[in-house]
Amino acid sequence: MPPTSSTDTTLAHRPNSRARPSGWLAYASAVRFDPLAGRLAPWCFAAAAILALAGLYVGFGVAPTDAQQGEVYRIIFIHVPAAWMSMFIYLLMAIYGGLALWLGTRLSSMMASALAPTGALFTAIALVTGALWGQPTWGTWWVWDARLTSELLLLFLYLGFMALEGAIDEPRRAERACAVLALVGSLNLPVIYFSVQWWNTLHQGASVSLTAAPTMARTMLAGMLLMALACWLYTIAVALVRVRLLLRERGLLPGGKRSEGAA
Amino acid sequence: MTLARDLRRSFAAIVRQDVLRAWRRRGQVFAGLLFFVIACSLYPLAIGPEARQLRLLAPGMLWVTALLASMLSLSRLFSREFADGSLDQLLLSPQPLAWLVLAKICAHWLTSGLPLMLLTPLLAQQYGMPFAAAMGLAASLMVGTPVLSLIGAVGAALTLGVRGGAVLLCILVLPLCAPVLVFGAAAGAAADAGLPMTAELSLLGACLALSLLLCPLAAAAGLRIAAE
Amino acid sequence: MAIAAAVSDEAADTCLGAHAMGVSRGGRMLLASIDFELRAGELLQLHGPNGSGKSSLLRVLCGLLPPASGEVRWNAQPVRAGDPHFLPAVAYLGHSDGIDADLSAAENLRFAAQLAGKTAHDAQIDACLHALGMGWAAHSPVRALSQGQRRRVALARLALLPCALWLLDEPLSGLDEEAAARFDILLQAHLRRGGMAVVATHQPLSPPGRILRLDA
Repeated sequence: MPPTSSTDTTLAHRPNSRARPSGWLAYASAVRFDPLAGRLAPWCFAAAAILALAGLYVGFGVAPTDAQQGEVYRIIFIHVPAAWMSMFIYLLMAIYGGLALWLGTRLSSMMASALAPTGALFTAIALVTGALWGQPTWGTWWVWDARLTSELLLLFLYLGFMALEGAIDEPRRAERACAVLALVGSLNLPVIYFSVQWWNTLHQGASVSLTAAPTMARTMLAGMLLMALACWLYTIAVALVRVRLLLRERGLLPGGKRSEGAA
Repeated sequence: MTLARDLRRSFAAIVRQDVLRAWRRRGQVFAGLLFFVIACSLYPLAIGPEARQLRLLAPGMLWVTALLASMLSLSRLFSREFADGSLDQLLLSPQPLAWLVLAKICAHWLTSGLPLMLLTPLLAQQYGMPFAAAMGLAASLMVGTPVLSLIGAVGAALTLGVRGGAVLLCILVLPLCAPVLVFGAAAGAAADAGLPMTAELSLLGACLALSLLLCPLAAAAGLRIAAE
Repeated sequence: MAIAAAVSDEAADTCLGAHAMGVSRGGRMLLASIDFELRAGELLQLHGPNGSGKSSLLRVLCGLLPPASGEVRWNAQPVRAGDPHFLPAVAYLGHSDGIDADLSAAENLRFAAQLAGKTAHDAQIDACLHALGMGWAAHSPVRALSQGQRRRVALARLALLPCALWLLDEPLSGLDEEAAARFDILLQAHLRRGGMAVVATHQPLSPPGRILRLDA
């Protein structure tokens, strides 16, 4: 078939500079999501504060003194919920990352980015409280306990996530790369935990263990659950606030830094 | 079947081209190995020459140094393709991208992990490890270094073209390689103590199987993201 | 000369379509509502100032960049990234040549064939390089060639593999008149065989085919 000899000129449309960007799903849900998040956040903060006070009261006031470890063990009420949250948040980040890659929604990856600093914070709290527990009990600031070592590696994973996000200039590429990283990390996490446990049992020297907690009285469990719930609500509240900031910063909502070339 | 033949052909082509290029720039490969040798020699200077202590610490120190040495060459894995536009051609090939990435990782292991493994029995002599123990350590490296290349490829794909990419790559990959380090060094220690290594080697083998399944896919996803 | 076999009757029905397609790069919407259909034997030129989105549009067409809206269709089927029905038919030439500077021209072409799962004999490779006037450089490392010569080697790759759709981003950049004439011959032969091409260029090609102007 011979090529057409006539010149067929068509004019490509340039978008109206004030037209909404495509990617309707992300944009529309950002518009609907933002005010909802704004209303929800203060309630979550308030609930978190109340639950935290209740949990601390149970932990430091109500729960009985342990026979072996005395008063120091009470730090478990902060240490264990923080450790639980650190693992749970990473799992959530991986789920949001998976959603972002599968559905292509930017809000999902922004949720993952919003959760990361909080997850790192809880990991750090778990490490610091672990050290505070270890010092009076065994005389050292650090023990290579299975949980503490896993928490340390988890902290490195969180920091790596945040470093990757900060290093990539283009927001969309950063979000997708971090989504892949979160997924790979979450698949690797069980392997890391298993290997650290295995390593700990292999080298018999670790007779001290933070996981050898005193047997759970019911009040202790209640206290830990209250604190865990408080941490969970705090995480939700902070993540909602952060996501709203990210939505504005990355130009999906007016009111923040405008993306180049818009308007 | 033509599909299998196409896959075989493209795999062999990539491995051949990468190994050929590494041979033509063998200075870079030797530099990486020299780093391994120099770093291994630093430990006795720092810890002291007492033979018993060195022998005890040898498997762990050799494994850590091998891990760090393999990090050095990872940032080069896709950087050439990214720089000269060949990455687009790779992404547009009809062969599955994960398969092509696996070929690149294989070539990378042949030019970095394999030489490390071959050099290890020699360096183990510096620490006074007996020959059988040194061979056991080399065996653990043979199973473990491919896993390092596989995990490293994911990091290399994600940090492609990024500022400060080499250090960022290390930060991302080293925590993920912790299990391999644990199992590998334990295997070396078991070999040194004259105990059977089967448990540790099977764990390493499981890590290898899992990463063979997942890492090429993740690295392929990372390459698509980097090329957008 | 060219190795690509004559396109069979079924290939004459091939069609590249863009439907309500939008292109965004780096967070900016460059183009919206791109609509066209390209059939066998047709050439589509992309004209427009720098930064108007020609390169991005080409990348969307071959699947390296996802469209911000709408879709690309090949033979009326939507195209995904890594689509095994679409990729064998596509040859892409970007701004950078996609050539390994450490290998020779012949080695580069041989690798390109093997990457597509084919083998290329030395005679075929030599013929393709001759078509672009680079037969003499078959065994010298690409590093020793000039920018224009490297571009010719990249264009020789087009002659080697039988792809129905050519997506070319400024193929004439850095080429002298003689090379541009050789490329013209190559392109016209491709179109006559039933292939199609989308070419982003600052220098109009002749015969012009269809033109899509991407203006600000």
